[in-house]
Order: sequence, then C-alpha cells, then structure tokens
Amino acid sequence: MRILLLRVIAILVTFIGLYMLSQFVTYQMDPYYFQVLIECGVYIILAVSLNLINGITGQFSIGHAGFFAVGAYVGAAWTMIWQPMVVGRYSFLQMGTLHGDILNLLIALVLGMISAGMAGFVVGLPSLRLRGDYLAIATLGFAEVIYVLLLNINSVGGARGLNGIPTLISSGNLALFWIFLFVIISIVLSRNIMQSVRGLTWLSVREDEIAADAMGVDTTKVKVTAFVIGSALAGAAGVLYAHFLTGISPDIFSMNTSILITTMVVLGGSGSVTGSVIAATVLIVLPEMLRFLKNDRMVIYSVLLIVMMLTRPQGIFGTKEIGFPKWRRKQPKTEGRSA
Amino acid sequence: MEAQTAEDGGAIRIMSVLEIRDVTKKFGGLAAVSGLNLIIEPGELLGLIGPNGAGKTTVFNLITGVYKPSSGDVIFQGRRLNGLRSCRIASLGICRTFQNIRLFKQLNVLDNVRIATHLHTKANLLDSILRNTRLLNNDRELTEFSLMILRSLKLEDVSDQRSSDLPYGLQRRLEIARAIATKPKLLLLDEPAAGMNPQEKVELMELVRCVRRDFHLTILLIEHDMRVVMGICERIYVLDYGELIAEGKPEVIRKDPQVLSAYLGE
Amino acid sequence: MRIFIQQLIFGIQLGSLYALIALGYTMVYGVLSLINFAHGDVYMVGAYIGFYACTYWLPFQRISADPHAAVMNIVLAVVVLLLSMLMCGALGVVIERFAYRPLRNGLGITDAHFWGFALSLPVAFHFHLFHKVSDGAGRFLFGIMWFLLIGVIVGYALRPVIRWISLRTVLSPSRLNALITAIGVSLLLENGGWLVFGPNPEFIGTMVPEKNFKILGGVIINSSQLAILVISLILMLILRHIVLHTRTGKAMRAISHDIEAAKMMGINTDKVISVTFAIGGALAGAGGMMVGVLTHVQITPLFGLLPGIKAFVAAVIGGPGNIPGAVLGGIIMGVAEAFVGGSSFSTYRDAIAFTILIIILLVRPAGLLGRNVAEKV
Repeated sequence: MRILLLRVIAILVTFIGLYMLSQFVTYQMDPYYFQVLIECGVYIILAVSLNLINGITGQFSIGHAGFFAVGAYVGAAWTMIWQPMVVGRYSFLQMGTLHGDILNLLIALVLGMISAGMAGFVVGLPSLRLRGDYLAIATLGFAEVIYVLLLNINSVGGARGLNGIPTLISSGNLALFWIFLFVIISIVLSRNIMQSVRGLTWLSVREDEIAADAMGVDTTKVKVTAFVIGSALAGAAGVLYAHFLTGISPDIFSMNTSILITTMVVLGGSGSVTGSVIAATVLIVLPEMLRFLKNDRMVIYSVLLIVMMLTRPQGIFGTKEIGFPKWRRKQPKTEGRSA
Repeated sequence: MEAQTAEDGGAIRIMSVLEIRDVTKKFGGLAAVSGLNLIIEPGELLGLIGPNGAGKTTVFNLITGVYKPSSGDVIFQGRRLNGLRSCRIASLGICRTFQNIRLFKQLNVLDNVRIATHLHTKANLLDSILRNTRLLNNDRELTEFSLMILRSLKLEDVSDQRSSDLPYGLQRRLEIARAIATKPKLLLLDEPAAGMNPQEKVELMELVRCVRRDFHLTILLIEHDMRVVMGICERIYVLDYGELIAEGKPEVIRKDPQVLSAYLGE
Repeated sequence: MRIFIQQLIFGIQLGSLYALIALGYTMVYGVLSLINFAHGDVYMVGAYIGFYACTYWLPFQRISADPHAAVMNIVLAVVVLLLSMLMCGALGVVIERFAYRPLRNGLGITDAHFWGFALSLPVAFHFHLFHKVSDGAGRFLFGIMWFLLIGVIVGYALRPVIRWISLRTVLSPSRLNALITAIGVSLLLENGGWLVFGPNPEFIGTMVPEKNFKILGGVIINSSQLAILVISLILMLILRHIVLHTRTGKAMRAISHDIEAAKMMGINTDKVISVTFAIGGALAGAGGMMVGVLTHVQITPLFGLLPGIKAFVAAVIGGPGNIPGAVLGGIIMGVAEAFVGGSSFSTYRDAIAFTILIIILLVRPAGLLGRNVAEKV
C-alpha cells in the first residue's frame, strides 16, 4: 500500500513539476534555446531506446533513424491526413481545444509507437540469424530503405517532407511537458528492466548468448522484445519531434542521424543509461556551441570523436550509472516515478 | 505424436532421468559420436571419461540441444528432446557448465546467479517495467535463493565482485552455482576440475558431493583426471573415438584392458 | 534486347567500380574484421586528386585545340591514375596508423600523433603565412595540412586531459568502438574535404579522347566504359597475384584466419595490415580517379558516402573477407542498379542495394561466397 501511495505521489509530483517547468521555460526562454532543448529531449529518448537494443541486449543495431522516421511519419500522417478524414464523423477529435489536442496527440503517439514497434519486430527477426557487423549492416540498410521510400512517397511530401504539422497544444507551451515526460518514461523503463531478474536476462544475451541459452534464457524472445520496445520508444520520439518542431523531411532521418544516435550510445558507454542521456545532450549541444567556428566545427567534432574512442573506448560512463540505487540486501528500495 | 513418445518413453524405463538411445552425430563425414547408448538413473553421480577428442563435450552438446543428433533419441524423463532449443531443454531441468568458462563477465557474481533464477520468476515483463509489488516480492525471493546458493558454494564473500575478476577456481565454482540456480534435475559438469591443482581438486570433489546431497541432483560429469572421477563417481562411461568402450563401477573401469589401452596407447 | 544489353554493359561498368571499392572493404574486413567506414571517403579523395591533377598539376592540353595532344593526354591520364593510387594508398596507411592501430593495440593517443603534429606544423604554418591558396596544389596541400593541424592541435592541447582520462582505460575496445572510430574518420575526411576542396561541386572536362564503338546490333560501347572495364580488370588481376602468390599475400591470408596465431608465427601483423590498407586505398583511389576523369560526374566532398556504402554492401553480399565475392557482389550491385535506374522505378535506385543485401543476408547470413563459421561451445 505504501508503495502505491509513494508511486502516486511521485507521478503527481512529476506531472506538476513538468507542467510548471514547461510553463516557465516556454515564456522565459529564447526560441532558439527552446528548440535546442526540444531536440535534446528527443535525442535523449532515441539514445536511451537504442541503448536498450544496443547496450543492454548487445544487438548491434545502427539503423535507429528508421524507427524514428516511421514514428514521425505515422504520427504526422494522423494529424495531417487521417484525422481530417474522420473528424467529420467524430467531432470530439476536433483540434484547437486542449482536450481535443491531447486526444489527438495521444492517438498519434499510439499509432506511431505501434507502427515503429512493428517495424522493430520485422527488423528484430534478422537478429536471430545475423550477428555483429552483419546485423549492423542489415539494420542500417533497413533505415536507408525507409529513407528512400519516404523520398518517393508523394502523399507524405516526397523530398520536401511534411510541413506545418499542428503542434496539437493550443498554446504550444506543453511541448516540453510531453517530451520530458517521455524522457522520464524511457529512462525509468530502462532502469526498471535492468534491475529486474527478467531484465538481467537481457544483459546475459549481451554477455554470452550460448551461456544464456544454456541457462534457459529464450534469446529469441529477448532480442525481439528489445527491438520492439526500443523501436516503439524511438517511434514516440518521432511523433514528438514531428509535432513540436512542426516539420519533417526525409533528410532528418538519413543515415547521418542513425550514426549520430549510435555514436551517442557508444560515447556514453554502451549499456549505461546515464551515459546515453549525457552523451545525447553533449552531442546536441556541442555542435550548437561550436557554431561560431562555422565550417570547422564538424572537423573538430569528428576529431573529438576519434580521440574519445582512442582514449576511452568504454565511453564516458562505461557501464556505470548515476542515481540508480543499487540493489539492497534487506529491502529493495521502492522509490517512485513509475512509468 | 509427442505425447505418444512420452508415453512409451515412460513405459519402457520409468525410472531413468536421461536416456540416450543409439545417438550418432556426424560432422561432415566424421562421426564425433556414434551409436551411443547411455542411461542415467535418478540421484546418480555418473562419470563420462575418455581421451582428448573422444566426443565427451559433443555428448553434452547433444543433450543440451546445441547440436541436433544425426540419428537416435535423447529422452529426458520420458520426453524426447530432439529438436528442442537449448533454452527449452534448460527450462525442462537440464543445466550445464562449460569447459571453457562462459560466465557473464561484466556482471557481478550475484547477478550471474540471479540470471539463472529467471526460470522461476512469476513476474512478467510488464511487472518488471512497472516494478510493482509482485515483481519486488518475487525478485526478493529469487535474490534470497541466489544468496543461499552462493552461501552453500562458499561464494558469498565475493558476491559483489565482477565475475571476470574472480580467480580461476572461483569462476569454475560460480559456473556450478549458476547452473544450480536454475533448479535443474540433471546437472551436467564439463571438466569442472580442469586447470586446478590437486588441493583444489580435492575441494571440488567435496563440493560436488555436497551439492548433490543438498540440492538432490543427478549429476553427469566429464572429467579428464581419473583420480577425480574414480573418487566420486558411482558409475563411469568411457568414450573413445565417439564410441562407448566400457561402462561400470570405477573398480571395474580401472582394470578394463580397453580403457587402459585407450588412455595409455597400444 | 538492344536496350537490355546496353543497360547490362552500363551495369557491369558501374559494378566494376563498386568492385574496386568493395575489394578494399573486404580485404580490411578480412584481416581486421573492421568495417572501414572511411573507405568511401578515400575514394572521394581519389576523385579530387584526379580533379586537381587534371586541372592544375599536370600540363593537360585541350583536345579540341590541338589534335596531337590526345596521345600526350592519355599518357598523362595514366600518370594521374598512378598518382591517385599512390596518394590514396598513403592516405589509407595514415588512417590505419593514426586511428585504427592505436585502438587495436589499446595504446590510445600515442607519441605518433604528436609526431604527426610536429611534422605538419611548419608546412601548415608556411601556407598560412603566405595565404596564396589560389592555385590548386597549394590549396590542396594547405587544406590537408590545415585539418591535420586542427586534429593534432586539439589533441595536443587536450593532452593532459587525455592522459587523465585514459588512465582509466582498462577494457579492451569492442567492435562498436572500432565502428565508431571508423565513422569518426569518415566524418573527418568528409568535413575536412568540405574545408579543403570547398563545398562547390567540381567537374573534370574531357581530358582523354572519347569514341563510341558500335558492336552487335547497334549496342554502343563508349571508349571510357571500355577503359574502366579494362583498368579494373588489370587491377583485380594484379591484386589476385599479390594475394595468392606473394609473401605479403600469404601473410594477409594467414592474418585473416587467425591474427594471434599469425603473430606467433613471426608475421609482422602491423606491417601487413598497413600494406592491406595501402592496397585498399590504392584501389579506391583508382576507382575515384576513373569516375572523375572518365565519367564526368560532379565531385563533392560527400560524394564518396553512397558509393562507399554500396560497395560495402557489395562486399557483404559476396561474403566479407572473400575477394572473388567482392567482385561478384560489386557486379551484382552495379547491374541491379543499372536496371532499376533504367526502369520506371528509377527513384528507388538507392534502395535496391539494401533490399538485395537484406534478402541475401537472410538467405545466406555469411554472404554468397562466404563460409559460416559456427562458434565453438
């Protein structure tokens, strides 16, 4: 009972905190920083979700932008194409009011997550046959196929993409609320999975697949589940990105993005959620900070990347975590903020 | 089909834990194991010996589903195992250790054992994500169980060390602990004493005996060192070039001329 | 039928270029199990060397102005080809030396990086003082030095920090690290190229005389196409000879089987790996030069990216580490692309490579000619 109460309080505190934060920040902050902050949030979700597949389960997936794209396009397709088709019949879907917007956003999120999760399932299947670099190339190939498809489907704008996607929040000031809600969800989800016995089996697949199999771990199921959950979260990131930056085009989901997300995971220390969060923030903020260097910034960025890999191959955090209480012998700690 | 096999498997030999019937495994043209028959009774401590390359580890791989037999049946408690995946076989109650240690290297000792207890978790993935009371209680139980196993294998002092940092002997012991944590009915030990000094081997023999008593296990043990095998096994199978050349009590095996010639050369 | 054969010829020409790049990928993958992401960018550099050599460095004459210049230009073009191969081979070796070897040996940033700094400093300084970068060679060299300089200066300035961080380096780097390092090198070459060569697309005009030959039933084959095919074939035969019949080739094959065992047999693995990178780089350089000089595509700093990825796909299709496989994969890729490009689905041209890849990987996980090695339990 106490646990339940604590959880409810924690969830309430999170919600109110996020609401206050987004209210405060939206009106105080320069639009440019605001946009960077949104991007940070989206990429944190992406990095943390790729970390589930890549760092925790050890499946070498480097095509995460594909799932991101699926989510973004399906979500945008709901608000721009499908919603207008059905709104005549179901008037409660009308946008413009707060509850209508929230409802539409939730529908877009659900659709985006489901379709990205299904894509994850399809991509996860080869992971049963392919290992290591081969899987990496297959996933990268999948992302590239999605990219070319998006370029060629005219109903979603082809190379121009979709623009003017309604932000779905009447006053536009709840963007941070939604994005950081999902940031928290993905972090808490990763943490909870990693700390449970069932989640340990995911780690065991990373460590030694044959031994895991011999211990009765259904490696097939673990891998596919990791792919589905990871890509569904990436899909959510896509929906949020589409609705709060109000424009998407295939170029956002090109191979460079896939590589950027992979880099975040490795740089942070694959397997470390804390590392993913920090690396995602750094890799989004750093190029912005180096903007005064103009063209040289990407050179410096790539040199830094190489130097980092040479000097600290295990990433910033290795597999360590900050703020995740270790398992206690007497009583597992029951702290809140559940997803 | 399966039920039927199970029935007649049960009818023929209701007592045996594991029965290997005329199993052959070929790699290309080479038969690593040919026409092997082997029966394990409940509670036995059985030895499987033979010179290098005799096919002992292949037998383990056939039992645990890493390899599929080219012909013949492996029957566990009246159930055919052919074609089942390793993880299914493990969940039925056969667990093994590895000749070349395969621990989850980056995880600590306790987590290595906790992973193996996952077969007994009642919490599903959603419970894990929500971290609800069911999961917390269940995880606590499993952790207590893991700690109990670590205690009985005298590993509790190192429970929070990284498993790859352990000394060799302890790594071997951890492999056994991990296998026991799946609560197997049949435990397969693949050269548990390899690379140990005589003193460690004596300790290990003692340990295997204790483990069998405490956890009511049936054990099949591959070993190189004749002294270890002769010391603890009740019955021994001897393999050479994939074929069974002798079977019986240690005293008998010790004097068997075929075994002697296989080990010492013609 | 005529169109079919025409497309086929185009496909084989394209495929032989992919094969040349794929060979570099496959050889490096064979010896190091590393996806050398930067390889496509070496190809890009090869094309730029072709551009600078043709435009600034060598005395090419306009063919239209002087009919006798044709022979001279062909000789010069061969020189450009060799130059391009040489410089790209060297680039491959430099990449290996500075990025992959420290990672492989777990050395991190070594003194070699600071030596590189010391060497590049005066040259870069020279070009920086005399800001005369209008001529091609100067601009080119200046650029190279400049981005070498940036790399090393950052490294040098961060030296204490780096030392401090690397004190904790205990784990051996994983495959993922190697991949990210390779991606980093690729980004460096692309963005460095952006800086050095400028963002504007460059274009090499007709340097060698071109002629169309009509063969059976009206199929036209261009002399440039023919040249590409013949040169690729010659290079592949040379490579085959090196791999099968020389000591170095034998050492390469030994390393690809088991690098540790090869080391113990007294093979200087570092040296052989350098040679592998040199050969791979030279092949990519040849490919880049031929694309630039003979097919007149526009060259941009990013133009190596997609052919590089596709060539890698070709290598995977054939079975990484397998040299005939890379050639086969390259040809398949080129032909498939030519046919899709010639059909009404031409906009899906870039997707076909990956579709083929995914299908082949699912059917034969180790590639067409590769062998699947099961892990020993």
